[in-house]
Amino acid sequence: MPKTMTAMDEFAVKLANRVINWRWLVILATLVVTGIVFTGTANLGFSNNYRDFFSESNPELQAFEDFQDTYTKNDNFLFIIVPESGDIFTNPTLSLVEELTEKSWQIPFSSRVDSISNFQHTRAEEDDLIVEDLIAGAADLSAAEIEDKRAVALAEPLLNGQLVATDSRAVAVNVVVQYPQLDMNEVPNTVAFVRAVRDEMKAKYPGHDILLTGVSSLNVAFQEAGFNDVINMIPMMYLLLIALMVVSVRSISGTFTTVLMIAFASLIGMGAAGFASVALTPISLSAPTIILTLAIADAVHILITMRNSMRVGMDKRSALIESVRVNFLAIMVTSLTTAIGFLALNFSDAPPFWHLGNIAAVGIVAAWLMSVTFLPAMLSLLPIKAPKPSDDGGSAFFGRLAEFVVAHNKKLLYGIGAIAIALMAAVPQIEFNDQWTEYFDEGIEFRRDSDASIEYFGFYPIEFSVLAPGEGGVSEPEYLAKLDEFADWLRVQPNVTHVYSISDIMTRLNKNMHGDDPSWDKLPDDRELAAQYLLLYEISLPYGLDLNDRINIDKSASRVTAMLTNTSTTDTKIFLDSATDWLTENAPDYMKPTVPTSAQVMFTYVAERNVESMIAGNIIAVLAIGLVMIFALQSVKLGVLSIIPNGLPIVVAFGVWAVLVGTVGFSVAAVASVSLGIVVDDTVHFLAKYVRGIREKGYDRAGAIKYAFETVGSALVVNTVILVIGFAYLATSAFKINADMGLLTALAISLALIFDFLFLPALLLRGSSRFVAGSTNTNDSNKGIENA
Amino acid sequence: MLKINQLTLAAKATFVGSALVVGAGFPATYADEASEAKGHEIAARSDRSDNGFTSSEVSAVMTLTNKAGKTSTRELSFKTLERESENVGDKGLTVFSTPRDVKGTALLSHAQILTPDNQWLYLPALKRVKRISSANKSGPFVGSEFAFEDFTSTELNKYSYDYVGEDTFGGMSVDVIERFPLYAKSGYTKQVALIDQQVFQTRKIDFYDRKGAHLKTLTLSDYREYDGGIWRAHRLEMVNHQTNKSTTLTYSDYAFKTGLKDADFVKGVLKRIR
Repeated sequence: MPKTMTAMDEFAVKLANRVINWRWLVILATLVVTGIVFTGTANLGFSNNYRDFFSESNPELQAFEDFQDTYTKNDNFLFIIVPESGDIFTNPTLSLVEELTEKSWQIPFSSRVDSISNFQHTRAEEDDLIVEDLIAGAADLSAAEIEDKRAVALAEPLLNGQLVATDSRAVAVNVVVQYPQLDMNEVPNTVAFVRAVRDEMKAKYPGHDILLTGVSSLNVAFQEAGFNDVINMIPMMYLLLIALMVVSVRSISGTFTTVLMIAFASLIGMGAAGFASVALTPISLSAPTIILTLAIADAVHILITMRNSMRVGMDKRSALIESVRVNFLAIMVTSLTTAIGFLALNFSDAPPFWHLGNIAAVGIVAAWLMSVTFLPAMLSLLPIKAPKPSDDGGSAFFGRLAEFVVAHNKKLLYGIGAIAIALMAAVPQIEFNDQWTEYFDEGIEFRRDSDASIEYFGFYPIEFSVLAPGEGGVSEPEYLAKLDEFADWLRVQPNVTHVYSISDIMTRLNKNMHGDDPSWDKLPDDRELAAQYLLLYEISLPYGLDLNDRINIDKSASRVTAMLTNTSTTDTKIFLDSATDWLTENAPDYMKPTVPTSAQVMFTYVAERNVESMIAGNIIAVLAIGLVMIFALQSVKLGVLSIIPNGLPIVVAFGVWAVLVGTVGFSVAAVASVSLGIVVDDTVHFLAKYVRGIREKGYDRAGAIKYAFETVGSALVVNTVILVIGFAYLATSAFKINADMGLLTALAISLALIFDFLFLPALLLRGSSRFVAGSTNTNDSNKGIENA
Repeated sequence: MLKINQLTLAAKATFVGSALVVGAGFPATYADEASEAKGHEIAARSDRSDNGFTSSEVSAVMTLTNKAGKTSTRELSFKTLERESENVGDKGLTVFSTPRDVKGTALLSHAQILTPDNQWLYLPALKRVKRISSANKSGPFVGSEFAFEDFTSTELNKYSYDYVGEDTFGGMSVDVIERFPLYAKSGYTKQVALIDQQVFQTRKIDFYDRKGAHLKTLTLSDYREYDGGIWRAHRLEMVNHQTNKSTTLTYSDYAFKTGLKDADFVKGVLKRIR
């Protein structure tokens, strides 16, 4: 024990004594508190709405909500039927489409079903306008009739490429659903029903594959990805944890207690989320894995110090109290900085990151409190053997490493500095990609079906509410002509598979009303005539197939939908920009304000929105963590200096990612503040020992560096290995966003260790000696961080 | 966490089970002959309460409201010719006066009970009458939440009936009956109608869609009595619960026995309307 005890040390010793004296009460209290908070999990449910990834203030979300309020909700299921025969125009396939169309009206919350069978085919017969289902009684159609249907379907711009593949290899049934959003089970129940229908159809019509996509399938995929993660990842993570504990602390009692403590911390984090009625997403469900990874460090520090003390002959109780004393401030400071990093996620635009940040912060704080209460209480009860005095903790290796760093400090400083600058220069090359089908791994049905469907149909709709000149303006000939021109322009853009515009309906009606004379296959040139066509058409449509989802209520705007095939976020942006430019350059003034919207548009900008909103969060995290560092190191200058070894590796990690991977999803926005909160731990430990070496032991800078390496080198390596394994393990998530975040954080943490070992010492050596203020003042020497 | 998931999965399984049972069978109510007869009797009493109105003319304003709260109006007038037989529908002539673009557009309809209605439309801009051949009856009328059949005359034999019970509505005692469309292409599987016990007028109808889910509610109010004990609602409000859109139909005063004849409801008259 050091000669001087600080107030913090005294508090820690008093606390440890009390905890051990009242150990049964401490254990009971821990169980009771955990039990109470855990009841909160009863309120937890999985999110099944992609909108949960966007805050209410997200401008793309607002635009799309307005759009949906004007037209219709865009939730849908898309069945894609692929016959083995390679041609959908056969009696069995058309019968399947007809039956599936009919059955789809039974899907809960369905409000509209579209397919080639119920497509309202209009044609003229003298002065009659005939409006009927394109395909009825498919089983009994003759070969000639089927060829006739093929000709009609492929000639119809609203069908070809949208509900029937241009090469006739696949056919689709689209079901629009309107969830009342009153019950969390609406989506999963509906999906279960839809899958049952699909399975029934597949059984009844052998030789057909039926793929299932659409927004509702996407929504349930979020839930399934989260569910998969809970089932697959968390048990494996505990096994990993046990293996790590066995290797690092070699104690059954210690491992057992740590597993309990970490499980409790996770339960408390999730229980607290339940009290806040959070809808779980795969992102927030990574919290248990993260809590586990971070909490293990607290326990490892306590256990290792305790065993080291026992190794040199201290009795168990004294060793335990000494361990709490020595680690108390360090664990508090590292928990605090990590919690700050996670809490900064509340600045993000995506609510799942708020949830992740808050759950993790609660779990981290709970783990910290337990590591100085529950953990010592349990350890004092359980048998712990004193280890044989043997191993030197690798200090010889770290001594040599220190000598190397000191000897080559100039080369290291400029070499690593140059590499860091080069990698930082690569950061702008990172490309955001948020193609939501690719968020899911192949274990998720939605991903497999979406990938397969790309071969036949487009996948990402882009919507335009094309403005007309005032009420009834959609019938204006100039408007219709421009609409048609816009649709034609869209059709020839890269990645566009289909364009839906009412100008095609108008053209068809004009022809129908002139006895199907092909010379009238053009837009009506008179506003009143067009308005009257629309009225006629509206009167003759059946239930559920109206135009309300295509033309707004006062007919002052109509909807154009462009379907994109699998398109990267960058290419989508180019498409959106060029569409807006086209309208600005070519459209009449009333049409110019038309902007693209859709879920795809929301995801296209999700990364920018989150990076933008996290700027404030990151600044606050840097300032708050910097303050903690100043307090912990008892030195303003060192606190400020620590920003370099803390901040630099994170930026360099982005550079490495840019070079090795190139693309990243929107979770990139969360990486900076989270990693910062974590990587400071190593710097805190290293600098604290450096300061102690100078202030207390009277070493020069090189000596203090060697001292720091020898005392904390191996602990930092162990700690970093655990963190890197834990975060890299997120890469096994069924949700790619978690994998991105986990791998990037793991990369930042690894780089941070390299910087702490190779760059920071060089910086300390080459910098001014005034980096450690008041080095003669030994009275305060133990206020700073100490560690085993 | 696991606990919650198991619950969700269990709920899922139960739901699918029950949904399949309901989907496969008939509506859950098991009507006996007595309640069917009583339901029919109540519907018949209501339907026959305006027997002998002969013909009517009325103008109306239709106001559409979408989910965002935006509204749009259409003005139109209706002429109706009563047909005494309960096995044929009434004849109707609908003429639009606004929006301006469709002024003079006229729809002649000979309602049928169990077959597609006969409909002709005159388009003034085309100066031609077109017969519409369509089996569709439950589609939205000019973008509103009403189907044409929802607000035109109710024909007794379009439905089978079941008596549910009594209730109160708006301070009135009402009979509650269910009616099941007999027309194969109807968009509805069931309607629940409230008919008051004093003057036997329909006060409210709930519409259920093809999957048996509650689709719309029609509330009929501002009933006024005309000569001969004929009652007419002057305000019809239809709310679509699935889309949160609504439409209100407000009638001006009716004129009855205006001397309309069969000859006023033939294709040829359409072109002469202005």
